[in-house]
Amino acid sequence: MIITTQPILSIITFLPLVGALFIATLPKAAANNARWVALWTTIVTFFVSLLIWVNFDTSTPAFQFVEEYAWLGPIKYKMGVDGISMLFVILTTFLMPLCVLASWQSIEERVKEYMIAFLVLETLMIGVFCALDLVLFYLFFEGGLIPMFLIIGVWGGPRRVYASFKFFLYTLLGSLLMLIAILAIYGYAGTTDIPALLATTRLPPEMQFWLWLAFFASFAVKMPMWPVHTWLPDAHVEAPTAGSVILAAILLKMGGYGFLRFSVPMFPLATEQLAPLVFAMSVIAIIYTSLVAFVQEDMKKLIAYSSVAHMGFVTMGIFTVTTQGVDGAIFQMLSHGIVSAALFLCVGVVYDRMHTREIAAYGGLADRMPLYAACFMVFTMANVGLPGTSGFVGEFLTLLGAFKVNTWVAFFATFGVILSACYALYLYRAVIFGKLDKPALKMLPDLSAREIAVLAPLVILTILLGFYPAPILDVTAVSVKNLVAQYESAIAGASQAATLP
Amino acid sequence: MDTLVSYAPALPEIALAAGAMFLLTLGVFREDTARTGHSIGWLSIGLMAIVALLVGWGGADRVELFDGAYVSDAFSRFSKILILAAAAASLILSFGYFERAKIMKFEIPVIVLLSTIGMFMMVSANDLISLYLGLELMSLALYVLAAVRRDSLRSSESGLKYFVLGALSSGMLLYGASLIYGFTGTTSFTALAAALKDGAGAQNVGLIVGLVFLLVGLAFKISAVPFHMWTPDVYEGAPTPVTAFFAGAPKVAAVALLLRVLHDAFPGMLFQWQQIIVFLSVASMLLGSFAAIGQTSIKRLLAFSSIANVGFILIGLAAGTEYGVTSVLIYLAIYVVMTLGSFAVVLAMRRKDEMDETIQSLAGLSQTNLPMALAFAALLFSMAGIPPLAGFFAKLYVFDAAIKAGLMPLVVVGALSSVVGAFYYLRVVKIMFFDEPADKFSPADAGVRWVLGLSAALVIFYVVYPAPLIDAANAAARALVP
Repeated sequence: MIITTQPILSIITFLPLVGALFIATLPKAAANNARWVALWTTIVTFFVSLLIWVNFDTSTPAFQFVEEYAWLGPIKYKMGVDGISMLFVILTTFLMPLCVLASWQSIEERVKEYMIAFLVLETLMIGVFCALDLVLFYLFFEGGLIPMFLIIGVWGGPRRVYASFKFFLYTLLGSLLMLIAILAIYGYAGTTDIPALLATTRLPPEMQFWLWLAFFASFAVKMPMWPVHTWLPDAHVEAPTAGSVILAAILLKMGGYGFLRFSVPMFPLATEQLAPLVFAMSVIAIIYTSLVAFVQEDMKKLIAYSSVAHMGFVTMGIFTVTTQGVDGAIFQMLSHGIVSAALFLCVGVVYDRMHTREIAAYGGLADRMPLYAACFMVFTMANVGLPGTSGFVGEFLTLLGAFKVNTWVAFFATFGVILSACYALYLYRAVIFGKLDKPALKMLPDLSAREIAVLAPLVILTILLGFYPAPILDVTAVSVKNLVAQYESAIAGASQAATLP
Repeated sequence: MDTLVSYAPALPEIALAAGAMFLLTLGVFREDTARTGHSIGWLSIGLMAIVALLVGWGGADRVELFDGAYVSDAFSRFSKILILAAAAASLILSFGYFERAKIMKFEIPVIVLLSTIGMFMMVSANDLISLYLGLELMSLALYVLAAVRRDSLRSSESGLKYFVLGALSSGMLLYGASLIYGFTGTTSFTALAAALKDGAGAQNVGLIVGLVFLLVGLAFKISAVPFHMWTPDVYEGAPTPVTAFFAGAPKVAAVALLLRVLHDAFPGMLFQWQQIIVFLSVASMLLGSFAAIGQTSIKRLLAFSSIANVGFILIGLAAGTEYGVTSVLIYLAIYVVMTLGSFAVVLAMRRKDEMDETIQSLAGLSQTNLPMALAFAALLFSMAGIPPLAGFFAKLYVFDAAIKAGLMPLVVVGALSSVVGAFYYLRVVKIMFFDEPADKFSPADAGVRWVLGLSAALVIFYVVYPAPLIDAANAAARALVP
């Protein structure tokens, strides 16, 4: 294939940055030009990124489209994707044009800077999923804080300063511990090359334990897991709609991706040892944050808490380290990326009209906005995990994986499915059904063409993946199988070594 | 042996000294106007450029001169280039300020040149006596610079404070040096290293006391906690371009000197001095980070930030390895760029002819002057150590060096204090980007704009091509640690 010799991943990663630089040269008044440039940049990036899916070889767990250049001496600039990371790249590039569209009218001030920040953020997010060097990964992972901090702080709601600081400092603290762990690995193995580390390095059990905890500190905050999830509702509520979408759909997935890429394969012994801790935290997250979501009065906060609960399924699935569990976790992350993005966009639609997110301010929208009500329903059902929507597949697979490993974990986690139905349907009923008796709501227009263009692809994907999840599962299958096999052999090797005299 | 040609390695110092004298004479015979000050200033910058060429031309080998009191090697050349760059940049920053303050005297550039000679001697010192000579030459020039605004109470106060405390620290350093001489019978670094080989000095209490005093004297110069008390006051009181100079070149010289003394003269007492450096490092990082939170003056904030940065620099020194030296040099180079850029911003904070040095006056800068706000934000994020900016790599290298030397707890403290540090850097970003705009600043001088733009560009684009700095720092470190 010709495509494998091209630096395609670097092109995808840095295309948005080129767009951002181009916008920077535009005159200050050209807000509309900035919007169009951003839209076209993200669309082109999306189509270029489809090339990697088309040319992706699903029969090998190895990294593909690998590029390597000299950079920091022994630390190389190395990019590549495998079955675990490839779809996250696509998810990112897919959601970005929608985010730009969603911000079309809701962002009126400093449009140019906003679009630049978004495009820079896209570069950094794609970089996270493509990086094949620990330091390079960290660079992209952490660099995303700067644009996100500015997006929340400049274009956010009334408590944006508090939310942006909390977001930044929480994540930074976790990440710095991970940086120390990365340097410790570098010191031990003499390389930061991820494929080499995955293939050959066997860290001593004691060291694995501490490194696992350090990586966990970072990813658990990013994920976010209970009890370090408290930054998320604040950040979500204050961020502009597109910022919430990016936070929920992509930034949260970096945590799960990190677990899959680093914690499980690099520290298998520690993973086995500490998996019960993760299970406990996941189950608490699922049940507790679902209950918390139920009493929220702010629509965005409700969805934010439901995100934490859904991420609980993901962590549970990952740490079962079974094929179903991990497959389900990846699927759940992708599905949640689509569904939570869609839900935040739906909130954005009514927020743009009414400028309030309070659930009590709405009711009976089905009368005035039938199309909106229909879209919202699809996403609500997917959020509940109704069979036939993408939300079902992931939840079901993770529960199946958990059931094999620990029945009680699966038992308690299942409550989450019920609870998610409670709060999601409550939200839907309160906003869409009921009497349309609030005077302010009587003149609401239904979805505009632009909003339909944003929501339609998400509706289609949600239903399509619910009925036919094979395209996703095919891509991940071999890589996941390889991950699980390597993990099991590492555990078996360690227990064999322990029984020897 | 003592032919004129054999002094060639010292040519940079000789050229600098002769040039400074010439410019001084030239200035005396010209009219005492701002124009004279200006032209002498630009001539000094030209002289520094020539000296930089001479330094670069010096070749790669280690050469000792003056009976081993002076040494020229890759390490000294790296530091000298850095010192020259920092000094020249702060001179460029100073013109507009001094002109408006009506103290555009030709003596100022000449004093800067003289202190630069002192710094050159410091980084090339290979003997306790030449160390002291260099240090005093630099310090005396700095005391004068701090008090250069004679009619300003704060400037005179800061000069006096700096002088008294500086004299005290010089006294301690001398006392330490005399103890070391008394217990070993030599002042030469080479001879000291030979005498203290294989832990020969480890049991010698007098020698250890001498080493402690020596380190105290040097810790004062780099403003490491607990010898930092002068820094915020002097930084705040001295005229801003002078502060920019203080925060750049002398720090480089003093840190380089510390590296030289500890690695060239006391490698055998690594275990003894390592403890002291670790303590200084932890104290500086924590105090620098926490004390900066409550500041309202941008100059005081930068003073505490420089204290915290010294703490991070000392992490690399505490490693006590060649890689540690490399990391310190990389950190120093990036630190100098960030500091000069930040002070360029402070110099641009001017409404009409009034300098406004409160942090709050930056409010809403992103709406009144976006390029400046972006440049300063890049510098602040870089100082907070956020990738992909240069400051991240600086921290990466010192952390890495310390971990490889087994100093994990020190690195953890460093990581925690950088989170605290991030908070106050973010606070400035918040004021610039999230707050309602205050009045516009007057347009900045061309020199200030250039320095700010260049340093921001270096900080942002360092990630693209980091190899030259790393290679140069590696070569310099190899020269120091055999």
